[in-house]
Amino acid sequence: MLKLEARPQPSKAMSIASPLVALAITVLIGIGLFVLLGKDPLKGLQMFFVEPVKSGYALAELSVKAVPLVLIALGLAVCFRSNLWNIGAEGQFVLGALAGGWVAMQADEHTGRWIVAAILVAGVLGGMLWGAIVALLRDRFNANEILVSLMLVYVADMLLNWLVYGPWKDPHGYNFPQSVTFAAATRIPRLIDGWRLNIGALIALAAVAGCWLFLFRTYRGFQLQVGGLAPAAARYAGFSSRTALWTALLMSGGMAGLAGALEAAGPLGQLTPYVPAGYGFAAIIVAFVGRLHPVGIVFSAVLMSMFYIGGELAQSRLGLPKSITGVFQGLLLFALLACDTLIHYRLRWAAAQPRPAVKEA
Amino acid sequence: MDAIALLIAATLSAGTVLAIAGLGLLINERSGIVNLGAEGMMLVAAIAGFATAVHTGSDWLAFAAGAGAGALMAAAFGMLVIWLNTNQYATGLALSLFGSGFSAFVGIRYTQEKLTARPHFEIPGLADIPFLGPALFRQHPMVYLAIGLTIALAWFLYRSRAGLVLRAVGESPESAHALGYPVRRIRLLAVVAGGALCGVAGAYVSVVYTPLWVEGMIAGKGWIALALTTFATWRPARVLLGAYLFGGVTMLQFHLQGEGVQIPSQLLSALPYLATILVLVLISRNPTWIRVNMPASLGKPFFPGS
Repeated sequence: MLKLEARPQPSKAMSIASPLVALAITVLIGIGLFVLLGKDPLKGLQMFFVEPVKSGYALAELSVKAVPLVLIALGLAVCFRSNLWNIGAEGQFVLGALAGGWVAMQADEHTGRWIVAAILVAGVLGGMLWGAIVALLRDRFNANEILVSLMLVYVADMLLNWLVYGPWKDPHGYNFPQSVTFAAATRIPRLIDGWRLNIGALIALAAVAGCWLFLFRTYRGFQLQVGGLAPAAARYAGFSSRTALWTALLMSGGMAGLAGALEAAGPLGQLTPYVPAGYGFAAIIVAFVGRLHPVGIVFSAVLMSMFYIGGELAQSRLGLPKSITGVFQGLLLFALLACDTLIHYRLRWAAAQPRPAVKEA
Repeated sequence: MDAIALLIAATLSAGTVLAIAGLGLLINERSGIVNLGAEGMMLVAAIAGFATAVHTGSDWLAFAAGAGAGALMAAAFGMLVIWLNTNQYATGLALSLFGSGFSAFVGIRYTQEKLTARPHFEIPGLADIPFLGPALFRQHPMVYLAIGLTIALAWFLYRSRAGLVLRAVGESPESAHALGYPVRRIRLLAVVAGGALCGVAGAYVSVVYTPLWVEGMIAGKGWIALALTTFATWRPARVLLGAYLFGGVTMLQFHLQGEGVQIPSQLLSALPYLATILVLVLISRNPTWIRVNMPASLGKPFFPGS
């Protein structure tokens, strides 16, 4: 019989192997799903793992999806490492898009390019504001951050809807629920003409470095992680759990808000009810699959973006619903959590209970 | 008068969804396990129930399908959390994320379907009483079943031996284990029961309450039901009351819109979510009170022999 046995210390090798095994399991289930739906599994895999990386242009499109995922997941990694369960990044993303969008709408044809910086700062502040509500209610009233942050996602959605159906609706937009198209000066500068890849990619890479430094090279980052792993030890050492709470939520809110502003003034160019695209939730998976490590997050964000693009291609070329992306994302996290067991435990063949010998007649 | 009677009727119906799911999560949490996958289980159950109702025309088969879907998902969650010791929060989240993707995926062909000829229910005799009839006695049977379930669950928890064992497992799995109770199997049973009830609630949404299938139609009801267990300090009767309260808030917004109140409808739609936050704040203000009432091992893994 297979039995779990605690390892003397967590296995480093398994913690790196686990995401790969989880990916393999997800792919296997995916192949099964394609066969079940009567599609050629090879073609299916091609949509997900070949098409998104086969040309420079495809890679640029991949990065358009990966940038918000990296930014949000970095913030979430800080939160999760401090044992704070902010699962409302989607709402913080929307608030960032709203704040950044509001600044962008103030621009006209005479505005200089400095407006881009203002948009991004506004986005960060918007996301921070939404994160601060969670921190405040948890700090002051002990309200569960999981539920509060999630409820605020719905509130942010309603706020966005109200604005684009009401006060911010484009008067010349044929009554569509959308804001005016932002002035050209607000467009996030692109890196290569004709591709949607923009400076967001550079910002994300800088954020990866910054987040790594914060987590592993600063005293504050160390305090946060001790508080997450061993709250009693952190208290004993005099590390403030309130500081940790505010730092983690403001950071993750700000990062999600930044991603929202980049999205609004980048690929979208206006505000519509479709601003929330699920990045905030997918980033939770990205953070875990990336082992809550800044560098791991880059890899897992790229993988998750391949799922997104693969899903879109599966819809247009294979006639499968786009939501197959969500199925695979969920499966990946499930498989990962199961495989992670092997970091702390190992499987052992335990001899079955010895049976009383049966006498032969 | 009639408008108020209808508002009460709608409140009971909306509250029933939250009550059934909340009671399920209560069983689940009484065993010491938090399942953040409620939203995902309800979504998958909603499409399972709706598809069943479309093909068979039977509400009861639809509820059974919903319960089955919820139980199955909960079982997967339970195996991971209880036997593989995975993090309860992360695994629950995975269940919710998977559920929203999976329900959208399988539900796509049902988005245009409609349930024809919805049966009309009334309790003979009582349904004709003025005001009270339309307010209370013309509901789907599930509304009354939810009340029955509340009473049954209260009896089970506080008056039956099995309920005592369940509470013991939630308060101190170590002692229950030492006494020889199969802690992990009991926890799995509680989780599966919770999933089945969340499933019934999900199917009620798509088959009776709305009745149609739209992607993401649970719209946070699973999360609100989770908040409800805290709000009710893990007591069945309070879950039911809380559910009606939230049902009332949900319905009040439609009522206000109908009355032509000058508040944009989108902001009114945010009311139930804001109410949840407000209630959480009010209820959690006193940490000792929560700690006294909360099952002591809630959220903590139990691994015998470690």
